[in-house]
Amino acid sequence: MIDLTELTVKETARLLRLRSFSASELVTAHVERIERLDRRVKAFLRFTPELWEKQAEEADRRIVRGDLGPLVGIPMAVKDVLCVRGVETTAGSQILRGFKPPYTGTAVSRLFEAGAVMLGVTNCDEFAMGSSTENSGYHPTHNPWDLDRVPGGSSGGSAAAVSAAEAMIALGTDTGGSIRQPAALCGVVGMKPTYGRVSRYGLIAFASSLDQIGPFARSVEDAAIVLEAMAGRDPLDATSSDRPNDVLRDFDAGVKGMRLGVPREYYEVQGIEPGVKAAIDKAIKAFRDAGAEIVDVALPHTDYGLAAYYIIAPAECSSNLARFDGVRYGMSIEDAQNITELYMRTRREGFGTEVRRRVMLGTYALSSGYYDAYYLKAQKVRTLIKRDFDTAFEKCDAIISATSPTVAFPIGSKTQDPLSMYLCDVLTLGGNLAGLPGISVPCGFSNDLPVGLQILAPQWRENTALRVARAYEVASGVKAEVPSPLSGEV
Amino acid sequence: MDWEVVIGMEVHVQPRTRSKMFCGCAIGNLGDPPNSNVCEICLGMPGVLPVINQAAVEACLKTALALNCEIPRHTKFDRKNYMYPDLPKGYQISQYDLPMSTNGNLEVDGRRVRIRRVHLEEDTGKLIHAGDKLHKALVSFVDLNRAGVPLMEIVSEPDLRSADQARDYAVALRTLLRTIGASEAEMEKGQLRAEPNISIRRAGTEELGVKTELKNINSFRALHRAILYEVTRQTEVLESGGTVVQETRGWSEAEQRTFSQRSKEFAEDYRYFPEPDLPPLELDPAWIEELRRALPELPAARRARLVSEYGLPAADAVQIAADRELADLFEGAVGAGADAKPVANWIIGEVAPTGKFPTADHLAELVKLVTAGRITRDQAKEVLVESVETGRSPSQIVAEHGFAQVSDEAALEAEVRAVMAANPRAVEDYRAGKKQAIGALMADLKQRAPQANPKVARDLLLRLLG
Repeated sequence: MIDLTELTVKETARLLRLRSFSASELVTAHVERIERLDRRVKAFLRFTPELWEKQAEEADRRIVRGDLGPLVGIPMAVKDVLCVRGVETTAGSQILRGFKPPYTGTAVSRLFEAGAVMLGVTNCDEFAMGSSTENSGYHPTHNPWDLDRVPGGSSGGSAAAVSAAEAMIALGTDTGGSIRQPAALCGVVGMKPTYGRVSRYGLIAFASSLDQIGPFARSVEDAAIVLEAMAGRDPLDATSSDRPNDVLRDFDAGVKGMRLGVPREYYEVQGIEPGVKAAIDKAIKAFRDAGAEIVDVALPHTDYGLAAYYIIAPAECSSNLARFDGVRYGMSIEDAQNITELYMRTRREGFGTEVRRRVMLGTYALSSGYYDAYYLKAQKVRTLIKRDFDTAFEKCDAIISATSPTVAFPIGSKTQDPLSMYLCDVLTLGGNLAGLPGISVPCGFSNDLPVGLQILAPQWRENTALRVARAYEVASGVKAEVPSPLSGEV
Repeated sequence: MDWEVVIGMEVHVQPRTRSKMFCGCAIGNLGDPPNSNVCEICLGMPGVLPVINQAAVEACLKTALALNCEIPRHTKFDRKNYMYPDLPKGYQISQYDLPMSTNGNLEVDGRRVRIRRVHLEEDTGKLIHAGDKLHKALVSFVDLNRAGVPLMEIVSEPDLRSADQARDYAVALRTLLRTIGASEAEMEKGQLRAEPNISIRRAGTEELGVKTELKNINSFRALHRAILYEVTRQTEVLESGGTVVQETRGWSEAEQRTFSQRSKEFAEDYRYFPEPDLPPLELDPAWIEELRRALPELPAARRARLVSEYGLPAADAVQIAADRELADLFEGAVGAGADAKPVANWIIGEVAPTGKFPTADHLAELVKLVTAGRITRDQAKEVLVESVETGRSPSQIVAEHGFAQVSDEAALEAEVRAVMAANPRAVEDYRAGKKQAIGALMADLKQRAPQANPKVARDLLLRLLG
């Protein structure tokens, strides 16, 4: 008897057509698994039975009609920053408690049209600000590989849900690594597309020039299928691109003859754990064995990237979060005597510590007299970082590194030290500053905890990143596994 | 020593578009129910994004071109951050350091007023306070129908030297905007909002005085009065040894005075930064050229041409060129064969004050009927009204009413004799040498025979009397 929750999208699509089971049965299997496991993992904030029932029935009708769409009937979890009409969407924040958007964002809409079935809303760091999901305004999420550890973040709920096989696929958002880092820490595939590849319409903005929506899945191919379904120009997002949707081109072409760059600044990044480094060394060897040429490349401005990121992202967030003022939706203090008091108390009570910290940082960085020294300077660094990548990609087709310098860390171990938390993103945020596509794939274990391999490609070359990731999956035999610590529960 | 007045103008103009600046919502009308022209985008819901309205960009560029501005290759939008309940996103999308255009000018009564910049932004919503005064209001309501409506901001240099000049500048701007079709620019509908910056300085000095900015002005008359009031106020402050405070002042129409609204001492820091949701705009020079070529003749050029081509007195040309429709009507009627000066007289005397426009052909026909002596002026006025109302031609109306003027002495003789018979006293007076008695007789004749050619009738009357 097969476990319906442990299949890939590709396998499921085939079995659904063979009528081995129905989409409704598939959803039921996932719901039952969620009921068994999520009390401890706490990946979800809310469930959407009214959606999954309707969508599963519709999926079964589509299958009967002979619809061959690969996502028809596929159970999906959605990060709490993506607006779905009528479904409470809070960006992990108390300030939006009870908010039900009057519209559905483009990426989710496209997946609904492709036949995906929404199971529920997953936990995340408040307004996607964090690397552990501990900044959620509701509760922390636990890493399925070790429930005392964090799943990473900010899309920790989505990563944990896919890792625990509570959902087959999930959506996350990545501003500085918020898809790739939790994917690495939870041992699943997570991809951040090129900035502009997927419409941001309906994504509750953290930092508009860095945010991208991307998929979580348990195989590279599944991630690619989800990305392909979401990608493409959207008239509602002026920053979305009309580049051809070619993310699956040359998917199975392998890495023979490809040049893969290893940046010293990433390979020897400060604080990288020996076990992580060992896993990456094994991956490099696997690539070499598969016929790739490994080349040294340099990203000399890496050290400044973190600083620039923590100016630009808070600056944009300070403006993006101004709309949460207690006037039109979400939390609103009842007994305020005047508008200033309404603003101050609503925002003080509604936002958590990290969000308030970043709003203040960003407000300061944009202030008159400081703008040139901070925001403008950071934008110049951003240009230099883009240039670093341009130069590096003259020598290689893709860049490989660890996704995170460390494996999942214990819950509570970094919450008192924001700077140590910020360092979690040191290998991922360069991809956001430069707008590059990047993917994290499972790359073995260190101390029984998953390690992630990051592949970065030039802008609009998702197909390269996916091709390299796929080749690694094939060559190494490393696949996303369902965590053994949970197997006793299943 | 005399004071010199220095005025710069900030004018916000709503370009003529069907939808808002960054979403598909209709612009709507003044009396629409609150929050009826809104969507998730202009409500500033979480997750929404702006998309630039191409028609607004085009209207702004046309305006910039008509104001002889320089148009850059690249322009961008910026966020102006401040929190207020009428601003749903907590920031206004505007333009800061790379506006749509810079360095233009507008000629007003032979003087060149320099234009610093013309840029594009979005309007805010409106607050309605229940209770008589803001600080006493128990409840405040927010109407976001106006939120996201496109606005062009036209900023002049401080080149205006009097309330008259400031008003004339605003009027000239309105004419220009209407001529090029960029805006309906109706002040009463809030489509054109003028905010003068006023300061005074000792005549002959160069340094600018401390300025105040006036808001809440909703007519050209109010603009004029508010400036006069403010100049007097500033003069009194300075002459009594005080100092003018830099601030925003409101104009109270009811009290006919300005009052302090907001001191600029604690000037807000708007933390401008480039709007990351909108890529910079590349303005294709070929497109700009196309827009430039498509511009209609501008009011200043047309005014000059009305004088040179049609021989109109300058004063007539100013009035007619002030409105594109009037000028089109004038040229149309003259083109249809009517004489220029009488057409101008009819337009200035009858069409402009009533705003009721006949077709150019009908106006030409009417003027020709009068010039040829076929109908009287009084008859012609009636015909004009009826022609505008019914759309029928003046000659049709004249025929139906039997309005044709009678100039045949034989046909008029019976009427003239009847008048004489009915007014024996006036006849006697006239014959006794009281020549002014002719007036009473003519008045009665006009009553009895409105179709009579007054000149012919008068000559006949004089002959029969004498």
